[in-house]
Amino acid sequence: MGRELKVSSIERGTVIDHIRAGNALKVVRILGIEGSGATVSIVMNVSSGTMGRKDILKVEDRTLSREEVDKIALVAPGATINIIEDFEVVEKHGVELPGEIGTILGCPNEGCVTNSGEPVSPRFTVVGREPVRLRCVYCEEETEDVEENLL
Amino acid sequence: MLPGRDIISMMDLSREGIEEVVDLAGELEDERSGRLEGKLVALLFYEPSTRTRLSFEAASKMLGAETISIDSKEASSMAKGETLADTVRVVEGYCDLIVLRHPAEGSARMAAEFSGVPLINAGDGSNEHPTQTLLDLYTIWKWRGGLDGLTVTVAGDLRYGRTVHSLARALALFEDVTLTTVSPDNLRLPEDLVGQLDGLEVREGDDLEGAVESAEVLYLTRIQRERFADPEEYRKVAGSYRVMPELLEGRDLVLMHPLPRVDEISPEVDDMPQGRYFEQSANGVAVRKALLSLLLEDGDG
Repeated sequence: MGRELKVSSIERGTVIDHIRAGNALKVVRILGIEGSGATVSIVMNVSSGTMGRKDILKVEDRTLSREEVDKIALVAPGATINIIEDFEVVEKHGVELPGEIGTILGCPNEGCVTNSGEPVSPRFTVVGREPVRLRCVYCEEETEDVEENLL
Repeated sequence: MLPGRDIISMMDLSREGIEEVVDLAGELEDERSGRLEGKLVALLFYEPSTRTRLSFEAASKMLGAETISIDSKEASSMAKGETLADTVRVVEGYCDLIVLRHPAEGSARMAAEFSGVPLINAGDGSNEHPTQTLLDLYTIWKWRGGLDGLTVTVAGDLRYGRTVHSLARALALFEDVTLTTVSPDNLRLPEDLVGQLDGLEVREGDDLEGAVESAEVLYLTRIQRERFADPEEYRKVAGSYRVMPELLEGRDLVLMHPLPRVDEISPEVDDMPQGRYFEQSANGVAVRKALLSLLLEDGDG
């Protein structure tokens, strides 16, 4: 069987390649696309020249926004985003962890003002990239538990 | 050189910013004037902190500013059904500067975002208390004329004490500072913090006696009973961190403590030239005068 059958081409949508092996389901969770009605294909543990093994995620009829790409960078920093139109890759780029992460994570500090009913959303400064380490802009507590704190 | 119109965290302050504050604190220490006449400072204290509140009030009044304040009881009844964000938006409408103490970590940063007037953090939960750190730095600066080349020993609870963390971060901004740490095993300086202290030489000392040999400053913090499961263990540890006159006699060093102390400093030390903790506390007024001036004076900042 050829590789093409495993990852058959799609007409329109987004293909996320070079996800660290085993992390595809986390990417699905972060994107929140399980119940969206979109057709999602997941390929896990594919041989990769550069990564040894990798996962690939294919989302039909959906183009990822910048904020969604930021989310992916938290668990799949080496991922490649391919935007597909008419079976062609019209845009291809990596994901880059921005200097600041918006409202996609909650602050793990229960005493933080963002957890106290005030009209303020959590924000984090990226203070480390390998591993990802975030500092809450408000309470200044640092965390590496990215997945546990995803909203 | 200040990070903006607010004083929220020592993390925002550069070496130049700190120097600007301590220089001006030195100039204003004895000043009683009308330089802030016509200004109104609101003191919002959502938890009790008498020393800090009085110090801000004294600083404001010595420079001619008026103060309005709510204490923790009034604050909690005011807070019923109202967010801090809303309270700040109301209060900023009738004052020129807000001083805030609040139990939620990060409350000062958030409040500053909602405030149209400058805001000074007077303690946000266990997070930051930048005016305490600035008064610590001012006390050392006043004693030895600068902070470069300082050798300081911090002792006691180095794990949970925010004053020591902020002080260490601030000292890392200066040249050739050596920080010796002396603490029980379970109360060591957090490793991730040590990793952030580039430029600071951090050494681990065995006991107080050894660590004060070469120190110019001994900064002591309280060891709290609740950090120990075994009361006997607490007694043993607390005893070995008690400063008695013999430790300091004949030494050219200053002993600092953020206060309140319990029994970690023998009262006999109070009258020794090395015991500077009451002076340190009084220096808070000079530092707060400097901050109020920098944030309130027309044409400045």
